[in-house]
Amino acid sequence: MAQVFRERANLFMRLGLLGLAILPGSLGLLGFSYYRSSAYTGVGRYVEQPVPFSHRHHAGELGIDCRYCHTGVEKAAFADLPPTETCMTCHSQIWTNAAMLAPVRKSLADNRPLRWQRVTSLPDYVYFDHSVHVSNGVGCSSCHGDVAAMPLMAKAEPMTMGWCLDCHRDPAAKLRPEEAIFDMRWQPPADQPAKGRALLAHYGTRAEHLTDCSVCHR
Amino acid sequence: MRRAIILRPAAAVLVASALAGCREDMEVQPKLTAYSSAAAFDQNMAARQPPTGTLDREALEREAALGRPPAPSEALIRRGAERYKIACTPCHGEAGLGDGIVVQRGFPQPPAFTEPRLLAADASHVVDVITHGWGVMYPYENRVAPADRWAIALYVRALQLAQTGKDAADPAPAQAVQR
Ligand code: HEC
Ligand code: HEC
Ligand code: HEC
Ligand code: HEC
Ligand code: HEC
Ligand code: HEC
Repeated sequence: MAQVFRERANLFMRLGLLGLAILPGSLGLLGFSYYRSSAYTGVGRYVEQPVPFSHRHHAGELGIDCRYCHTGVEKAAFADLPPTETCMTCHSQIWTNAAMLAPVRKSLADNRPLRWQRVTSLPDYVYFDHSVHVSNGVGCSSCHGDVAAMPLMAKAEPMTMGWCLDCHRDPAAKLRPEEAIFDMRWQPPADQPAKGRALLAHYGTRAEHLTDCSVCHR
Repeated sequence: MRRAIILRPAAAVLVASALAGCREDMEVQPKLTAYSSAAAFDQNMAARQPPTGTLDREALEREAALGRPPAPSEALIRRGAERYKIACTPCHGEAGLGDGIVVQRGFPQPPAFTEPRLLAADASHVVDVITHGWGVMYPYENRVAPADRWAIALYVRALQLAQTGKDAADPAPAQAVQR
């Protein structure tokens, strides 16, 4: 009887076995790198908005305080997005004919709110609160990046559970004094470890509970 | 005995498949949050307008706070300075001269707070302007809480005193501030 396989088949067999051995690992690696990549987490992603609102222009160049528009950020879970009336406080008098602002004027005329699309959004099973962070030494830019330099709002951080926990395990490394909360360019100073410990005491934060599941999943 | 051996796994499979049918997407839950849209409501908004004639429980207290100037204190002036910087500087400028950045970009110029008419006005005039607006200035009723309106009014008075130089000479700055 003639042989079913030629001699070369041995080589293919070995290569195949090697491939089989590597496959799970490389698939895992591929999956992991996708999971960490911005394609999955959306870091750097822009969203189409009804009006191309520029934070660089308003918060950066004009220097308007975040709280002028995001009125709830210090006292509530939600930061608040500005209603049409807030835009019209200024745009009733300036850039009144700009085509870019036509949806804002239409919204005022029809009494229909603008529909801002969300850039950062957590799943519904996660509990988040702005005021507890903002009034206890965590600044906007630790989570949203340098907003005042963004022509269009882009997601700056992955906002995954691992990312939240990175800070909750060691908040002292990121804590700022009150006057730096709205500073978009804040960087930890050289003596942050000592400053951070002092700030933990200053804000009365009990960091040991921050990694309990029930803090974020209630 | 024999029967139980067959029935138990069968029941387990049945329960498991029934539970699988109950799967609910926890990521997008059927609840309304601050920015949800809700087709059943006006304008597709989850946030509802209260029916006309509704008074919220704190409305009376808020109304009363507007008519009741708080006692001036350093903490109140500091609060006023902070709120002034957030809500008013874009137009009125840091020192209240009416030279804010938005005015430099073409917004009508507000009067300086040191104008004689405004120096003579009561602090409650500033509170009124914040609540109801003035000319081309929009009301800030929804953006500045009543207590903060008094704090800002106090800070505006402090700016006026600082700029007219009466601060040091005035024998009773507290009354001047309260006026
Ligand atoms: C003149 C009003 C205005 C000011 C001032 C302003 N914002 Fe915004 N902000 C908006 C509007 C309108 C949106 C929604 C459109 C968008 O995402 O660009 C928004 C969206 C955002 C979002 C994204 C929310 C989301 O998930 O969709 C963040 C984060 C944010 N602002 C942070 C800031 C910070 C930090 C500052 C201060 C440096 C600031 N904003 C100042 C008007 C303002
Ligand atoms: C405190 C005043 C103020 C408020 C509030 C404000 N703007 Fe503006 N905005 C300006 C000024 C001033 C300019 C023009 C700056 C210039 O001349 O360079 C401008 C320019 C713009 C432009 C066109 C220029 C550009 O490149 O961005 C758009 C679009 C715009 N604003 C949208 C908005 C929207 C939407 C809101 C409400 C969320 C808003 N603005 C609220 C002051 C304001
Ligand atoms: C600890 C991280 C963190 C800090 C600090 C933080 N944010 Fe946020 N922000 C978030 C997350 C997470 C969301 C999405 C919330 C959601 O989907 O429920 C968000 C959403 C927003 C939104 C959209 C509206 C909303 O409330 O969902 C705005 C506007 C905003 N942030 C502005 C700010 C401003 C201004 C500051 C600084 C004063 C700030 N944030 C500080 C994490 C943070
Ligand atoms: C840069 C640091 C930092 C990041 C990032 C951060 N947190 Fe926090 N968070 C804190 C600190 C500090 C506190 C404690 C504040 C206090 O109570 O003094 C806190 C408190 C909280 C609390 C309230 C805890 C309680 O029971 O009092 C919740 C809920 C929370 N964080 C959710 C989140 C979620 C969800 C994320 C991710 C989207 C997140 N945080 C990201 C620093 C952070
Ligand atoms: C600091 C806040 C925080 C704490 C504490 C926390 N989580 Fe989470 N968790 C999150 C966030 C944010 C997400 C959403 C992640 C995402 O969208 O990728 C999440 C997602 C999850 C998910 C869903 C994962 C998925 O991909 O579907 C599970 C399960 C979970 N958490 C379990 C836990 C358990 C168990 C604990 C306690 C050991 C815990 N979490 C503590 C913030 C937190
Ligand atoms: C968008 C620009 C703008 C902002 C922001 C603004 N104002 Fe004005 N304000 C004006 C203009 C313009 C006038 C003059 C209006 C007129 O005479 O038509 C004015 C007038 C006034 C007057 C004088 C009223 C009179 O009797 O002549 C007071 C007092 C005042 N504003 C207080 C405030 C306070 C307090 C704030 C902050 C809560 C504030 N304004 C925020 C633009 C602004």
